[in-house]
Amino acid sequence: MTDFDGKRWHDMGGADAGPVVPAEHDFALWEKRVDALMVLCSTKGLFTVDGLRRAIEDMGPDVFENTTYYDRWIAAVNQNLIEAGTYTLGELGAKMDEVAARGDTYGQAARG
Amino acid sequence: MPHDHSDHLSPSGHPYRADNDEPLSYWQTMEIAVRELLIEKGVSTAAEINAQIDAMDARSPADGAQVVARAWTDPAFRERLLANGSDACREMDFDIGALQLIAVENTRDTHNVIVCTLCSCYPRNLLGLAPDWYKSREYRSRTVKEPRKVLSEFGVTLPDTVQIRVHDSTADMRYVVIPARPDGTDGWSAEALAKLVTRDSMIGTGLAKTP
Amino acid sequence: MATPMGKPPVAKPQRVRVKTMMPPGHIRTPAYLRGKTGWIERQLGPFGNPEQLAYGLPGEELTLYRVRFSMAEIWGDQAERPEDTLDAEIYEHWLEPV
Repeated sequence: MTDFDGKRWHDMGGADAGPVVPAEHDFALWEKRVDALMVLCSTKGLFTVDGLRRAIEDMGPDVFENTTYYDRWIAAVNQNLIEAGTYTLGELGAKMDEVAARGDTYGQAARG
Repeated sequence: MPHDHSDHLSPSGHPYRADNDEPLSYWQTMEIAVRELLIEKGVSTAAEINAQIDAMDARSPADGAQVVARAWTDPAFRERLLANGSDACREMDFDIGALQLIAVENTRDTHNVIVCTLCSCYPRNLLGLAPDWYKSREYRSRTVKEPRKVLSEFGVTLPDTVQIRVHDSTADMRYVVIPARPDGTDGWSAEALAKLVTRDSMIGTGLAKTP
Repeated sequence: MATPMGKPPVAKPQRVRVKTMMPPGHIRTPAYLRGKTGWIERQLGPFGNPEQLAYGLPGEELTLYRVRFSMAEIWGDQAERPEDTLDAEIYEHWLEPV
């Protein structure tokens, strides 16, 4: 049995929630890079913002609590690039291994 | 030589999230890998990515504030802004890309507030990137149902005589609020007025500063 | 380039109801507005259908409407102030005439 009525997790309007916490931060370099990749790839026609949002929505209800905004964005950018055939999962996996082997911090792995 | 953005000073005085010397996360690893693959495949270049970051960094609420101040001081421009927000911003030479902007105006009787319940759509090509709270579950969930209570949490208490118009950016348009011009600013220049226009006043969770 | 900005509102506000259907997938019609009746504030578009664009398909061009609802219509007794309003953009295939 399920009481799911078709309303999905991202469709939040009207739900109960606590006070708005006026949090903000200046974006980190890696976040700005994710943002730039999204804009450039959609401008080049590799996918649409609709496709980006669809991929985020399909990540499921826990994702909003377990990941940050730009975590979700890079996941969704990658999902759309895989679907577009820009590169394969094998190429991505090998590249991620190569990147992770460069060091333990973002600065080391990104080489700047 | 890749352009090093890590030495940029924070424009708003908030700390940058210290990412460069923190343990590498899975998603950061993916960002580096995707970026390098896109460069290797000839889809983009490091220079193009850096230029896009610079273009986004150059956008800030100060741009929107100039638009608002012009609307306060130039009635014909105000009309054009209300008729077509995008064209009016382009007229002021702001690089807003494909932004489809609707400007909504606060008056003595009406207060507008903007939210995106389905994601976090924001007029980023005019105002820069959205603040974290705009993307939060709390703001997205509650603003459409109890806007007065949400506004009170931002220190904005509206009398019952003021009608609230909530705008849920569900699709292709983005919204900017033209806040009400503060009293006591007769004869002020647009440049001086722009300093009274805060980011939150253009989202509708704040009012313009009073002199 | 045609800019799909506001056309002047029609003389008599046109009442519309948002469909109640709940298909899965990428949809820009918030659940809290399904089945609610409002009036057209302005007409926008055409824009490609996001329900197709989201899946890498060509998007059929659709008219987009800004629909205004009273808070009383959406939230009933729970509305903070019944005469406050909410505007949302709804694609034509989600609207039916009243």
